[in-house]
Amino acid sequence: MSEALKLTDFRVSFPTLSGDVQAVRGVDHAVNQGELLAVVGESGSGKSVTFLGLMGLLPNSAVIGGSAVLDGVELVGADPKVVRRARGKKIAMIFQDPLSSLNPVQRIGVQIVEMIQSHQDMPKRAASTRAVELLDMVGIPQPDQRSLQYPHEFSGGMRQRVMIAMAIANEPAVLIADEPTTALDVTVQAQILEVLQRIKTELNAAIVLITHDLGVVARVADRVEVMYAGRPAEMGSIDALFDHPSHPYTVGLMRSLPSSDRARLVPIPGAPPNMLAPPSGCAFRPRCPHAAPVCAGDVPSLRPFGDLETACVRAEEIAAELIEAVR
Amino acid sequence: MIAADELVGITVASVSPRKQAYLRFKEHKAAVGSVFVLTVLVLAVLLTPLTARYGVNEPVIDIKVAKNQFLPPRSEAWFGTDDIGRDIYSRLLYGVRVSLLIGLASAIISVVIGVAVGAIAGLKGGLFDDIMMRVTDIFLAFPILVSLLVMRNVLGAISWMKPIIGELSSVRFLIFLFAIFGWMGVARVVRAQVLSMREREFIEASRAIGAKNGHIIIRHMLPNSVGPILVALSLSVVGAIISESTLSLFGYGPNVGAGSTSLGLLVGGSAKAARAGYWWLVVFPFAALLIITLCISFIGDGLRDATEPKASGGRA
Amino acid sequence: MIRFVLRRLLWAIPTLLLVTFLVYCAIRIGTDPVQSYKRANSRLTAKKIAEFKEINGLYEGFGGYVRGYFQWLKGFLTGDWSKSIFRNGDVWPVLKNALANTLVLGITASTLGIIIGNALGVFAALRPGRLRDTAVNSAALVGLSIPPFVSAIILQLVFAIYWQRWFGGGSLFPTSGVYPPGHSGFDLFLRIKHMVLPVTVVAIQTIAVYSRYMRASLLDVMNSEYLRTARSKGVSERRVLVRHALRNALIPVTTLAFLEVGSIVGGLIITENLFEYPGMGRYFLNAYSSGDFPQLMPWMVIIVASVIVFNLLADIVYAFLDPRIRLD
Repeated sequence: MSEALKLTDFRVSFPTLSGDVQAVRGVDHAVNQGELLAVVGESGSGKSVTFLGLMGLLPNSAVIGGSAVLDGVELVGADPKVVRRARGKKIAMIFQDPLSSLNPVQRIGVQIVEMIQSHQDMPKRAASTRAVELLDMVGIPQPDQRSLQYPHEFSGGMRQRVMIAMAIANEPAVLIADEPTTALDVTVQAQILEVLQRIKTELNAAIVLITHDLGVVARVADRVEVMYAGRPAEMGSIDALFDHPSHPYTVGLMRSLPSSDRARLVPIPGAPPNMLAPPSGCAFRPRCPHAAPVCAGDVPSLRPFGDLETACVRAEEIAAELIEAVR
Repeated sequence: MIAADELVGITVASVSPRKQAYLRFKEHKAAVGSVFVLTVLVLAVLLTPLTARYGVNEPVIDIKVAKNQFLPPRSEAWFGTDDIGRDIYSRLLYGVRVSLLIGLASAIISVVIGVAVGAIAGLKGGLFDDIMMRVTDIFLAFPILVSLLVMRNVLGAISWMKPIIGELSSVRFLIFLFAIFGWMGVARVVRAQVLSMREREFIEASRAIGAKNGHIIIRHMLPNSVGPILVALSLSVVGAIISESTLSLFGYGPNVGAGSTSLGLLVGGSAKAARAGYWWLVVFPFAALLIITLCISFIGDGLRDATEPKASGGRA
Repeated sequence: MIRFVLRRLLWAIPTLLLVTFLVYCAIRIGTDPVQSYKRANSRLTAKKIAEFKEINGLYEGFGGYVRGYFQWLKGFLTGDWSKSIFRNGDVWPVLKNALANTLVLGITASTLGIIIGNALGVFAALRPGRLRDTAVNSAALVGLSIPPFVSAIILQLVFAIYWQRWFGGGSLFPTSGVYPPGHSGFDLFLRIKHMVLPVTVVAIQTIAVYSRYMRASLLDVMNSEYLRTARSKGVSERRVLVRHALRNALIPVTTLAFLEVGSIVGGLIITENLFEYPGMGRYFLNAYSSGDFPQLMPWMVIIVASVIVFNLLADIVYAFLDPRIRLD
C-alpha cells in the first residue's frame, strides 16, 4: 500500500485586520491507497481548511506552509497550474451541501462531462455516455434520464451521489469527502457511506472523510485522526482508538455522544480556542481535566504511544483514567 | 486541575441593536457627510429672514437706478438675478423651503397610508393583498410622468374631493398627488417586511398568548421594520421633490402665488433660460436640487446599510 | 414549460382589457373630450355635439362608460379609429412616426446601456471593495440620482450656447429636432448628429442601471459554492468566471433588460420634449395638453401593451434560463 497523500508540518494562516488566524498549525499525516482515513474534530479545528488549502481552493490571501505531497508531486509552493491540473484528476473533493455545490442551472450530465473533459480528451458524446455510467455506478436509478435533469430535481441523498459520481469521474488517487452526510437524514447517511466504501475498494482510492460525527466514523473508517485547534491530537486505527483513546479531547468527544450504554451526556467544558492567539503549549489545556504545568511547555507533536500516535504529553500517566472514562 | 472556565477566547461586550445600527451608519461616510450638509441646508432654509439677502420678490437694484434683469452673479446678487431683477440666492432659499415642505408632507402621508395598507395586506393576505398588489403593479407599470399627469387631471375633475385636496395645482393638491404615488412604494416594502416576519417565532409566541393582529403590527412588526420604512420614506421625499420639478418643467408646477416660489418652479424655468444662455438660472437651481436629492439618497443608502447588515463589505 | 407560457398568456389578455378600461375611464374623466371638442370648434350646434358624442361612444354614467369602452374597443380593433379632435386628421400616421422615432432613440440608448453598463458591472464585481468597485458604484449612483432633465438641460446649455462662444461656428451637436429645420429626406449623418445629445442623456441612466444590477448580480454569484466545486474539478479560472459565474449572473440581468426595453416607448417623455425630438413623448404631451382623447387612447394602448408583453417575455425568458423557476 503506497502513500497517496502525505502531509508534513502543513500550515495555513489567514491574515486579518486583527492579526493572523492560524487555522492549521502543523499537520503531519499520510493516507494510503485503499484506506479510509476519518478526520474528526469540532468546527474550527482546521479539518476542512487543511484539505482546501492543499488543493488550492482557499482565497489568495491564505498563507500555506509546510509540505503536501500528492502522488509524488509537492503541492505547497507549486505553480498554481500544477495544482489546478491535479484537482479533479489526482485529487477530488465532495462538499457538505450538494444543493448549493452544484450549478443550479446546468444539467447534471453536463456538470459531470465538464469534470471529464477537463482532464481527458473525450468528445462530448462519449463523455456523456461515461457520465451516465458513472451515475449508474453510484446507484442512481434510470441514469440516462436523470443525467438530463437539474440539481433541484434530485433528493438530498441522490445529489450527494451525483457529487460522488462527478468526483470519481477521472479515477482520482485521493477523494476528500468534507462532511458529506451532515446535511442528510440518518438513513440516507448509511447509503452514502456505503457508496464511499465501495469506491474505496473498487478504485483502490485513498479516501479522507472529514466529519464531526463519531458515529459515522465508527461505521466506515480504517484509521482516524482527531484534530483540535489546527493540530492533530491523536491518530490510530479505529479499533485502537475506540478501545483505548489516549487524548483527553478524544475522550471528551466520545463522552458527549449519545450511546446506549451511557446514562448521561458529558459535554466538554469551555469554548473553542481563539485561533488569533491560540493557547501556548497544548491548545486543549484550558478545557482539559488532566491539565498540568508540563502541558504549557512546547506545542506537543504526535508521538507513538502503543498502537496509537498521541499528542498528549501526559498520555502515559493518565491512560488508565481515560480508559475508565469511556467504559 | 486548571479551572475549566478559563476563557481563552475573545469576550464580546453586548451592544444593543439600535447602537449597532448607529455604528454601522457612521461607517457610511457619504451618509454621514450628507447629514451634515443637509442639516446646514435645512437650517439656512428655515432661518430665511436671516439667511436670505432680499425678499422673495424684491428686486436687487431699483429699476429706476440701473438695469436689473438677468444679471450674472455679482456682489449684490451672489447667484445672479432673474427676469425681473430678483436675487436668485434668496429666492432659492425660500423656494427650497416650500419644496421641502411639499416633499416631507407628502412623504409622511405616503408612509402613514403605506404602512397601514402594507401591514394589513401582508398580515391578512387573501383578496385584499391580491388587489393591492395588482393595483400597485398597474400604476408602477406606466411612465411616472404619464401617471402623474393623468392622475392630476382625474383628481382635479372629481369635484367632491376639492375641499380636502384643494384646487388644481395648489400646494395642497400637489402634496396629495405625490402622496398617492408615494404610498405604493412604502406599502410594498412594509408588506415584504410583514411577510418575512409573519412566520417568525416571536410573532407565534405573541399569538400564543392571545395578542390581536393590530397589537402585533404595532408593537412587534413596526419597530422591527423601522429601517426599511425610513429608507422608503427617504425615497418618497426625493421622488416628490423631483416630481415637483418635472411637473414645473412642463408648466404643471405648483401655483404658489406671486408672493412665493418653489424649487420646482425655479428649476422649471431653467429650460428656457438655458436656451438664452443665462447659465446662473440653470446651474444654481440644479445644484440645489442635486445637493438635496443626493444627500437624501446617500442618507437612505446609509440607513439601508445600517439596518440590513450584509456579510462582507462592498455591497452598497 | 409550454404550460407555463400558456398560463401566463391567458392571464395577460384579461389584464390588458382591464387596464385599458381603467385608462379609458381615467382619460375620459381627466380630459373631458366634449370640452375639448368645444374648444377645437367655434361654431357648434347641439346636434353636432350629440353626433360627436355618439360617434365616440361618450355615454354618461358607469354603464355608459362600460358601453363606451366596448364601442371604443371594437373600433380600435377593427382599425376604425376616431379622428383627432384638434389635428383633424388620422391618428395613426402621426403615431406611427412617433413610435418609430422613439424606438430608434430608445433602442440605441438601451444597447449602449447593456454593453457598457454590464461591462462596468463585471469590471467592478471582479475586485469587490477595491477602488474600481467603489468608483463604478458611486458613479452609477450619481448617474441614477441625476434626473434626466438636469443632464438634458446642461447639455443644451453647453452645446447650444457655449460651444459657439468658445469654439465659434455652429454648435457641434444640435439640440433639437431630428433634422435641421427645412430639411427633407433621409440623411443618416444628420440624423445621428441630432441624436447624439438625447441618446447621451438616456444612456447615462441606462448605463447606471445596468452596471449596478450586473455588479450586484455577479457579486452574489461569486459567493456561491458551486464556483468552488467547479474549481475543485480543475476547471480553469477563466472558464469558472465565464461559464459558471457570468452565465448565472446574466440571468437576472437579462430579465431586467426585457423589462427595461418594454418601458422604452413611454419612458423618454422628458428627454424628447426638451430636445424637441418628435417621438412618443412629445406626442403624448401635445395630445395631453390639448386634451385630445382620440390621440391619447391609442398611445396608451401601445404603452400598456408594450409593458404587458415585455413583462410576459421577461417571465418566459427567466423561466427558460433558470430551470428552478419552472416549478410553477
